[in-house]
Formats: sequence, structure tokens, C-alpha cells
Amino acid sequence: MKHTSSGWGWLLITIHWLTALTVFSMFAAGLWMVDLNYYSDWYKTAPHWHKSIGLLLAALTLFRVVWRLVGRRPQKFGSKLEQRVASLAHLFIYLLLFTLFLSGYLISTADGRAIDVFNWFTVPSLGELIDDQEDIAGSIHFYVAWALIGLVSLHALAALKHHFFDKDATLRRMLGQKQTP
Amino acid sequence: MKKLALALALSLSASIANAAEYVIDTKGAHASINFKIQHLGYSWLVGRFNDFSGEFSYEDGEPKMSKVNVTIQTDSIDSNHAERDKHLRGDDFLNVKKFPEAKFVSTTVTDEGDGQMTIIGDLTLHGVTKSISIDAHKIGEGKDPWGGYRAGFAGETKIALKDFNIDYDLGPASTEVELMLHVEGVRQ
Repeated sequence: MKHTSSGWGWLLITIHWLTALTVFSMFAAGLWMVDLNYYSDWYKTAPHWHKSIGLLLAALTLFRVVWRLVGRRPQKFGSKLEQRVASLAHLFIYLLLFTLFLSGYLISTADGRAIDVFNWFTVPSLGELIDDQEDIAGSIHFYVAWALIGLVSLHALAALKHHFFDKDATLRRMLGQKQTP
Repeated sequence: MKKLALALALSLSASIANAAEYVIDTKGAHASINFKIQHLGYSWLVGRFNDFSGEFSYEDGEPKMSKVNVTIQTDSIDSNHAERDKHLRGDDFLNVKKFPEAKFVSTTVTDEGDGQMTIIGDLTLHGVTKSISIDAHKIGEGKDPWGGYRAGFAGETKIALKDFNIDYDLGPASTEVELMLHVEGVRQ
């Protein structure tokens, strides 16, 4: 289960792919739902699910970061520069994710309203922290979402480059294959 | 003839001097611009604009004001729900980035008797200027306890959203917005 110097461990692998699937679905859903017609069946449901899934992913990502920091990460591949750029990109993906979680939360809680997560539990508001909070948080949420999609696309291309050009274990490792030295 | 002209000039200047300028007391929040629109035809949704400024001319004891103009900051719309306000500020409705101000400038004010008046003027909203008519009446006037002199009016009007190129479909019961206006002015 735990990641070691030879592999990521099934828990982090599951979280990684679940996050990938969620991020792309949420991005598409987010763009789609803001243009819904008032009489659409999804007008209330889509934002409700978007917010619920977003907050659950925030909790999962928080756990992921903690879990990632205990134990050792597998060996990095590529030149020193590539390794450094990759680490920086990973850090930025996490930063963008947390900015996205926070800005989304701040839109819906700007007037003191709480967020219901699937009518399962409620995340309270912190109140209005800044003027025009819903608009500022809304703009940040929009642009950061695009930035994240851009960065994870590069991330995916880099993984393919490792797999097809460098022919190293980077991608196979994230698919659960144990590293054979 | 000269005398008549002089008398006319005097009486004109007298009437101009009599019509005092009042600044709408937005500072002390004794004025509000409220709106209501039907929700699905089942109830009224009420909101307001928090930031606006304006002034009117009014002659003591007259039944009507003589002119009024108001400028509204559209991004101050407040329906007591942040997500809805964000939607209302966006390009489905007010598009406040492109049209940050709405404006009303009166053209004529008619005394309808019984303290009622009709204020006709141009409303600029969402980049469209259209003539609208406001039914208004004086609430009261007089000295305030702090050395000033105040006069206040209330008015109502109704506008169709599509007249101002706002075409988001809220349903057949919600094509018109009613405006409820309350202004108190402090004489300058």
C-alpha cells in the first residue's frame, strides 16, 4: 500500500487516477453548468454536485499530500534539469488544485451560506472575507481551472515522452507495475 | 414693454431661485432602489442596488419635484444570495463589466393632483436608453433635527427586461421587473 523507492503504492496510484478523472470531468462540468438554461433539469443539480465533488476532492488531496510525504518516493528519471522541472510542475499542480478548491469554496460561501456536500454533511462558511468575494473568487476559479488543465496536459505529454522516447518506467509505475531494476 | 420684460425676467429668476437643489441622502442611507421580479410565477424575488447617487430639484410646498437624476452602480446589485448576484452581474443579465452604470435622467414631471406625479425620463440600462414613466408621490418635507431641510418621495415603475436587451429566459412570469424607489434629499 505504501509508496517506496520501487513503486508508488496502490493507494497513491488510485488517488492519482481518480483525481485525473475528476479534474477533467469537473472542468467540463464547470464550463457547461454556468451556461445552463434556467429551466434545465441540471440547473440546480450540476452546481450541487460540482461543489460536493470539489470539496470531497479537496479532502482527498489533503490526505494525498500528507500520505505522499510519509515514505519515500520512487526514483526519478531523466536529466537533473528534467527532474527539477518535473518536481516544480508537480508542486504547481498541487498549488493550482488547492487554489481551485479554495476559490470555489469562497464563491459559494461569500454570503455566509454553507455548502451541502451531497446532503451528506455541511461545510460552513467563513463569512465574507473580502469585498466582491464571489466575483473575485469566481475569476480566480475560472483562470486557475484553465491553468490547471494546461499544466496537467503538459504533465500527461511528459509522461508519454518518458514512456515512448525515454522508454523508462515513469508511466508504467503509475499504472501499478513494480519496478524491476 | 421694457417693464414687462423686466418683470418677466424677475419672476423667472425668482422661480429658479425658489427651486432648490436636493442631494439624495445615500450617505445616510435614506434612499433605496429596490426591485422585484416574479420567481417562476410563484412568488416575488426582491433585491436592491446598494450604490447610487443623485439629486433632484424641488420647490418648497410644491406638489412635485421639477427634475431628478440618479446614477446607479450596477455591480452593487444585492439579492441576498452571492451566487445569484454573481450571475446577475454576469453577461446573462447586467454585464456590469461592460455597463458599470445605469442612469435615469428625467425629462418632464407632471403633477397629477392628489399629491401624485408622473416622472418621465430616460433610463439607460445595459447600454440601452429608453424612456420610462415613474408614478411617484411626495412623502413629506421639512426641517430635520440637525439643521438641514429634507424632502422625500416614493415612486414605482415597471420595465420589461427585453426592452433593455436582457434576454435570459427566466420564464413567462418573469419578463418584467418592478422598481420601487425611495429617495430622501437634503437641500443644498
